[in-house]
Amino acid sequence: MGEQDYRDMWKSLDLDLDVHDGLLSVLGQFYGDAYLSQEDRPEGMGYLDFVVSEVHGLRIKELFDAKAEGKKIFGTFCLFVPEELVLAANGVCVGLCSGADAGMAEAEEYIPRNTCALIKSFMGFKLARVCPYVESCDLVIGETTCDGKKKAYEAFEQFKPMHVMEIPQMKNYAADRALWKAEIMRLKERIEEVAGTTITEESLTAAIKKVNAKRLALQRLRKLRSAKPAPISGLDALLVTQVSFYDDPDRFTAKVNELCDDLEQRVEQGIGVAPPDTPRILLAGSPMAIPNWKVPLIIEQSGGIVVGEEACIGDRGFRDLVDEDASTMDGMLDSIVDRYMKIDCACFTPNDERLDHVIDLARSQKADGIVHYAIQFCTPYTMEAFKVDKRARAEGIPFVKIETDYSMEDMGQIKTRVEAFLEQLAEMPVAR
Amino acid sequence: MRAAGLDIGSRTMELVVVEDGRLVAWHVTDTNHQPRAVCAELVARERFNALVATGYGRGLAEVAFDAPTVTEIKAHGVGARWLHPTCRTVIDVGGQDTKVIVLDGEGRTARFEMNDRCAAGTGRFLEVMAQALSYEIAELGPAALAAGDSIKISSMCTVFAESEVVSLLAKGKERDAVARGVHDAIVERAAAVLVRNGVVEPVVFTGGGALNVCLRSLLEERLNVKLHVADQPQIVGALGAALIAESQAQAA
Repeated sequence: MGEQDYRDMWKSLDLDLDVHDGLLSVLGQFYGDAYLSQEDRPEGMGYLDFVVSEVHGLRIKELFDAKAEGKKIFGTFCLFVPEELVLAANGVCVGLCSGADAGMAEAEEYIPRNTCALIKSFMGFKLARVCPYVESCDLVIGETTCDGKKKAYEAFEQFKPMHVMEIPQMKNYAADRALWKAEIMRLKERIEEVAGTTITEESLTAAIKKVNAKRLALQRLRKLRSAKPAPISGLDALLVTQVSFYDDPDRFTAKVNELCDDLEQRVEQGIGVAPPDTPRILLAGSPMAIPNWKVPLIIEQSGGIVVGEEACIGDRGFRDLVDEDASTMDGMLDSIVDRYMKIDCACFTPNDERLDHVIDLARSQKADGIVHYAIQFCTPYTMEAFKVDKRARAEGIPFVKIETDYSMEDMGQIKTRVEAFLEQLAEMPVAR
Repeated sequence: MRAAGLDIGSRTMELVVVEDGRLVAWHVTDTNHQPRAVCAELVARERFNALVATGYGRGLAEVAFDAPTVTEIKAHGVGARWLHPTCRTVIDVGGQDTKVIVLDGEGRTARFEMNDRCAAGTGRFLEVMAQALSYEIAELGPAALAAGDSIKISSMCTVFAESEVVSLLAKGKERDAVARGVHDAIVERAAAVLVRNGVVEPVVFTGGGALNVCLRSLLEERLNVKLHVADQPQIVGALGAALIAESQAQAA
């Protein structure tokens, strides 16, 4: 595939080519500055570099080829959408990223200024016609995880076929699970209708195994990051998770396992990307969609290392597997219902299990401190930041919270907070 | 041995020299549109063997003088502790930020909080309000403290508060009562940050804001604590940096 073929492909998707060129060039430069300048990167990251360099190229070509074979493309924004159902219907599942400012002015025709950057971003990418993934989708699946998203979908729906799942807001009552099961069933029907296929016990069994394998590879990576010194930067590990949402699942799993083989050797040999006494940070909070690398970049450029993400694009996405024991269709769907009900999204009330998960992850990753990241105007996570703070204080884990958006204007202020936090960790009495 | 600390703030810059843990020289100057030149001129005034920079412009000194840097948080913690060896809480009202630092019993940072990107409740806010009320900055605090009345200011955004102040004056309100209202608003906001982080005495008040008698008095009243204020509260950050420079040089 040459550059011209890509341009033809983008043109056929009705992308705004000039704006799209600008976006790719900014992304390329940002990637160079943030990623390629890192030292001692694991060799296995070469695959990720390639994937990013072809993010709007080869992967889109693959989606075109899949479409030519009669497959349908399903876009998602959230962990609550079971990828298993899409795959079992012979569909392709792509996470729509929304991690950069694009089409802000266009987005503000439909949603208020003080909407979180992620929501503005998915509206903006669609309205400015710069995302080949959104344009390739046959169906976009949304969910009612927050007010901003569910109201924005009402606008989004005018431009793209959508299916919105209703997420329960509580977990402890039979009615909540019943609602969620009904929503899974409704989604299954819609996916089958759009894909023109029927999900069978056989295809669902295979899909569950496939997605579990991907989660296991990501869990393996998380465990390797608990080593001291850390064998991989937080930026690189975050990228792996980000790419997991849109890459081909089998290939991705194989490549992450290769990366992990490489990292295992590093850990055995005591090789790290930063000295063993580097302050180790757990990032907790709002999702960091590609290319939102702002906070981990500041942390790592200031001399810290991120050893885990307690976030949707992080541990929340791969912490739990779907039980593989069921053999009947209803049994498998129940396993899916139960697995997805475990997601400790801040949209639930109460959501105390999240506090346990934050602390458990901080301990298992041997983090010295927790940086809580919330996208500005993301009410669920800005609210929970207070609870996480109190709990971290009670557990004796240093904590700092950062609230920001995708713009670069507050880089200086955030850098000061992060540096001060790293200084604080460096003078902690306990030996690291 | 002489060690220097340079605090490059948004409104003022300070250079402090310490010798064997004693404060031996200090300078305060305005940061203008050429911070690099101001900073070079300031540094040229003193002789010293080690230099550490802090403040929002610390990166400038890192480039210009190859000086190591520390954040304002650490510098203020160390500086406040030198002034008051058992200090547990620092409140700093600087030019463009306000911060609260809670120290542990050994003087290490236990937690801190800074204002977000806007200038609400900072020294710059006071400057803008003083100007809108036609006070010199040094007159603002005493006038507000002496006011018999306080008029509530509802905006904390510097720009909105300025127009609110202007419209209050246009309605014929007394400017000292408006000034008092401005102070009440800042104190309410600062108190919220302090309470959230847990005020442990002794509390040291630093930064240019500590020169303001009304802020001091209202904060003490609101929090029911005694605030310790240095003779030169603006130099505390630079002092901390100088002490860090000295200990780093001694350790080397």
